[in-house]
Amino acid sequence: MVLRRRSSSSLWEEMDKIQREMNRLFDTTNVNRFGAILDFPAINVWTKGDTGQVITAELPGINPDELEIKVIGETLTISGSRPSQEQNDDVQYHRQERGFGNFVRSIQLQFPVETDRVEANYEKGILKIWLPRAEQDMPRKILVNKKA
Amino acid sequence: MTKEFGNPEVEKQEIVEQDQAERTRETRLYIPRVDIYETKDAIHVVADIPGADQDSIDITVDKNTLLIEARVEAERPVDYSLTYAEYGIGDFRRKFTLSNEIDQNGIEAVVKNGVLSLTLPKVGPSEAQKIAVKSA
Repeated sequence: MVLRRRSSSSLWEEMDKIQREMNRLFDTTNVNRFGAILDFPAINVWTKGDTGQVITAELPGINPDELEIKVIGETLTISGSRPSQEQNDDVQYHRQERGFGNFVRSIQLQFPVETDRVEANYEKGILKIWLPRAEQDMPRKILVNKKA
Repeated sequence: MTKEFGNPEVEKQEIVEQDQAERTRETRLYIPRVDIYETKDAIHVVADIPGADQDSIDITVDKNTLLIEARVEAERPVDYSLTYAEYGIGDFRRKFTLSNEIDQNGIEAVVKNGVLSLTLPKVGPSEAQKIAVKSA
């Protein structure tokens, strides 16, 4: 018997998960012409009101110096590679589940970004990118003129 | 042989509690992806455990079972709320059965950038033991 105790909020997570699994079944074009994987790493997006977003990604085992993060207009691109394990005759693999190779992921942002103030850090295998919204794109309050 | 990032590898695999003990920590539990390879003198286990560091990893050897547990603290950016999620955050746990050829006292573990590397040294070839039969 499988008993699941889940709060209702994770029901959405569950539905998202099913949707991703369905997409995965039908979508095979996740590799670009150069063989780089386009849907790695998985990302989470955190938003704070109108002021900006934080994107986090799980990227264990990456050399942060080889990670390239670019913001062009409203597109954020993360690219890099994960080293493959040594392969020679003395090494015998029993299990190989961790992926390796090149990856490029482009993310369409919801707003233009203040490129000078973008910050990224890499800690414990997790990449965090702070994306402040561009000043000129901030919502402005419009005053309604009243006629006397 | 070459298994590159494909879609099935992107998704973290969650452990659904069935016959194992109920958890008291209110987080999800994932199975870390591992590579296991063998060299002449040792067996190496490499596991992806993003979000865990040396203080939050527990490695236990009990008889022939090697248990890797890693606690991951969900670090939420202050004042930000999660608006889109492709991966879940939770702890990692995975169990392995060790064979007799491993020197259980010589196991070494190193963690770097969310990757745990375990070295399980093999014991030298045990000399065949001959048991003398005494006549009563």
